[in-house]
Amino acid sequence: MDQKEWPLWEVFIRAKQGLNHKHVGSLHAADINMAIENARDVYTRRMEGVSIWVVESKHIHANDPHEQSALFEPANDKVYRHPTFYVLPEEVNHM
Amino acid sequence: MTTQSEHLFDFVLQLADNSMIIGQRNAAWCGHGPILEQDIALTNITLDLIGEARSLYQYAAQIEGNGATEDTVAFLRDARSYKNLLLVEQANLDWGNTIVRQFFFDVFHYYSLQALCSSNDPQLKAIAEKSLKEVTYHLKWSSEWVIRLGDGTEISHDKIQAAVNGLWDYTHECFIPSNADSALNVSGIAPSLEDIKTLWNKKVLEILTQATISIPSQTFAQKGGKQGIHSEELGYLLAEMQHLQRAYPGVEW
Repeated sequence: MDQKEWPLWEVFIRAKQGLNHKHVGSLHAADINMAIENARDVYTRRMEGVSIWVVESKHIHANDPHEQSALFEPANDKVYRHPTFYVLPEEVNHM
Repeated sequence: MTTQSEHLFDFVLQLADNSMIIGQRNAAWCGHGPILEQDIALTNITLDLIGEARSLYQYAAQIEGNGATEDTVAFLRDARSYKNLLLVEQANLDWGNTIVRQFFFDVFHYYSLQALCSSNDPQLKAIAEKSLKEVTYHLKWSSEWVIRLGDGTEISHDKIQAAVNGLWDYTHECFIPSNADSALNVSGIAPSLEDIKTLWNKKVLEILTQATISIPSQTFAQKGGKQGIHSEELGYLLAEMQHLQRAYPGVEW
């Protein structure tokens, strides 16, 4: 019998309305339906979510880790990119 | 107890014992599922079923009175007093057989709860409303597995067909009314098994057709579970399930 492994899926859960879907982990499943049901069973048992996204892991593309310094280090000394030079009025919360 | 409350007690036990016994059967898969994700899926379903059984046992204990509790009702009753369907006590065998047993039960369970949502008994109505949400998912899950395996490889198809053939004789008992079923249907507490039978046949035909599985032609009914006449299987199951409370009465942890 053919013993091929089921493909791997990445799971994203939205914890409540208004928040972003957040990556929570991965799992194996034969197709989309099974992936969503498996995600429901594995990742939302303790009321962690109100919405599930799954995407086959092969569709996620990552940057080359060897380019770390070229991609990210130039941002290190650009403090002026943070909006920290403004004085905010007291009434403005959550900034 | 009056006759009416005896009927109610028996009826609540029929419901509770079905969920408890199939839950105990499924629990044996914990740690042995074919893959991790399905191991968790079946364990979740099991916990739903045992949770529902607990609510019903609490209600049964309240009807029984005399200091009965959910634990005495579940753990200190012998096989002869268990009122579950023979279907739910059948051995797990392989994954296909477990899935088919679950599917046959889920269809019956789903339509029974749906009908109980309009029961005259407020307690049963409340329990049914809570459990129906869970069982809606159970039915979706087991239906998809029946289709996936039935319409899968030659081997998975043959295993599902064999399981359907083997369990078919046990499905008819669902619709043979006990005294409690009949009496409480008249008083608007229990659903009409005739109606549920029609819905059950329709749903099972729909899913088995999609699964390319043929429906067995035999109509012989294995029955007796509702009257406490069980297969040998149940004795072993209860021995394991009740061992702790029997050996150490009242133990807690």
